[in-house]
Amino acid sequence: MNELFAQHPILLVSLVKIVVLLFLLLTSLAYLTWFERKVAAHIQGRWGPYRVGPHGLMQPLADGLKFLFKEDTTPGSADRFVYFLAPFLSLSLAISTIALIPFGPGTFRIFGQTTSLVVANVNIGLLAIFAITSIGVYGVALAGWSSNNKYSLLGGLRSAAQMVSYELSLTMSVAGVLLLVGTFNLSEIVRAQSGTTWGFLPRWNLLSPTAPQLLGFFCYFVAAVAETNRLPFDLAEAESELVAGFHTEYSSFKFAMFFMAEYASMITVSCLAAILYFGGWLSPFPQTAAFAWTRYLPAVLLACVGVGLVINGFRYSTAWGRIMLPVVGALLCAVAILAAWPGAVDFVQGPAWFLLKILVILFVYVWVRWTLPRFRYDQLMGIGWKFLLPVAIANVVLTSLAVVIHK
Amino acid sequence: MVPISYYITLSAILFGLGVAGFVFKRNIITIFMAIELMLNAVNLAFVAFSRALGQLQGQVFVFFVIVVAAAEAAVGLGIVILIARNRKSLNVERVNLLKL
Amino acid sequence: MSVQLTVFFVLAAIAVAGAVSLIVQRHPIHSALSLIVVMAALAGLYLLLEAEFIAAIQIIVYAGAIMVLFVFVIMLLNAGSEERTNLSRTAFYAGVPLAIFLLLELAYRVARGSASMVAQPSPAAATRGLSMLLFQDFVFPFEATSILILIAILGAIVLAKRDV
Repeated sequence: MNELFAQHPILLVSLVKIVVLLFLLLTSLAYLTWFERKVAAHIQGRWGPYRVGPHGLMQPLADGLKFLFKEDTTPGSADRFVYFLAPFLSLSLAISTIALIPFGPGTFRIFGQTTSLVVANVNIGLLAIFAITSIGVYGVALAGWSSNNKYSLLGGLRSAAQMVSYELSLTMSVAGVLLLVGTFNLSEIVRAQSGTTWGFLPRWNLLSPTAPQLLGFFCYFVAAVAETNRLPFDLAEAESELVAGFHTEYSSFKFAMFFMAEYASMITVSCLAAILYFGGWLSPFPQTAAFAWTRYLPAVLLACVGVGLVINGFRYSTAWGRIMLPVVGALLCAVAILAAWPGAVDFVQGPAWFLLKILVILFVYVWVRWTLPRFRYDQLMGIGWKFLLPVAIANVVLTSLAVVIHK
Repeated sequence: MVPISYYITLSAILFGLGVAGFVFKRNIITIFMAIELMLNAVNLAFVAFSRALGQLQGQVFVFFVIVVAAAEAAVGLGIVILIARNRKSLNVERVNLLKL
Repeated sequence: MSVQLTVFFVLAAIAVAGAVSLIVQRHPIHSALSLIVVMAALAGLYLLLEAEFIAAIQIIVYAGAIMVLFVFVIMLLNAGSEERTNLSRTAFYAGVPLAIFLLLELAYRVARGSASMVAQPSPAAATRGLSMLLFQDFVFPFEATSILILIAILGAIVLAKRDV
């Protein structure tokens, strides 16, 4: 084993990156559920999780423990192998797409190797993400079928049909970006969006001078919301309609796996939207000397959040909150100071802007879920085939015309 | 470096297994899947040959084989649904109305 | 043994195991899952042959759409396990070894015949070269396949429609 790592140090480096990324992803998955519940609550005029830890920050931990300790039932006449396979397939595929996402331009040295901030920089990165997403359909369909329950079967088949239909529009809407950039490599797509038009507007694909991809982004976002089975497109798993759809018969940890798979695919889709349309890890400000102060913005933001937490913590109601919140706030301030260090500020910039963009897109995701009513299934399929696909194709045609004229 | 003959041999083995599945199974859908296995084996042979000759025409042909397999699967499964509706069974031995 | 050879043998073993499982399994859903495993292993082999675009297309179209169609049909038609055959056991005990022998003979002859082939260096940017070929030399078959797919869609709708 040591010899294998000595001959191919790339394996060890990749292993370290995978472990770190997995840890960060699973933590952010858990706190995405907290974020969603808080935003949902504030939209509905209430507080959301507040008691389990200060500001409900321990709620994901409590939920995780609940899922682990619940009784794990299996329907008697279910197909055991497929029943166990389905949530595992869903979760592993949803998590593995994160390996292809580039988080920043910087390179760093570890174990004597210089690597960049992406686990797998393949030349067909975008296509590989779509390939993994298209296998994710099986998790849903097999879950519905293996439960041996007619509601699950119907829910699973409906969900799978919906995912397959919107996958087409998803891929078509991305074709506009591909025409502008000319490569599937995600790092190259981000690099092609650097620079500014007219001196101040960033050259993101959304506002590209050749062919602004506004229509493409709209198609992409709608298709992505439908692909991840979120409201307003979640009839197949809606609580009030089909019991719980394809995951009716799943309990405890297997249900948690489906839950996590949905949030992980949400994160993946947001990362991809940020990379394709919003410039990935590029700063929205021009990279000139006049705007050099904007490089410290992420650190300043983090410091503000930290200070806010400290102040709020000192006046919190419970004793536990009065201890924990200031500690977390102080930690954030320390990280902010580290990020603003002259050597590290350029390295931290990329991932910081990327995370900010992902957060904004996730907020829009959650906002849309708790504001809009649900589509009926025939309306849903009608939108997918009769509206979204023609609009995506029109986007491809218009973009190719613009690219040809521009050349 | 993996010799190209390894890929061709694997393609031959998969093709043979596809033929065996086609001959031995009685469920129409499984027979169909054995046909898809044969097409896949042939695709592997095409890509291996394309690499052996340094040309890309083999990969173009694989592209077309995949597209045609998709069209064939769609129509074939439509026929399978009709058979299942009319003969009330997916056993290929029950589709025997033309038998003497 | 180099890493490439090891990866090849692992993927080849998975592909053959999936193909055997396709034949041996009694329920069509398990056969479908085995075929998906075979396709995934083949996609890995295409990546080993540096045909990245074909590998991605194999997963997206073949494993991600065609097999979904198969799985849908199996679920909707409620295909159950295969019944026990009432053919003779002698035919089974004579036929299976003969089939295996035929298979091995075929593989051996093919291996002998293609042993002299050597892999040329793969063309750089295979995707770009592939798309150049597809849209310049082979543009007519490309457009013809789009009409073929249209015919297939119409055929599938007409065949599977219920006369309500």
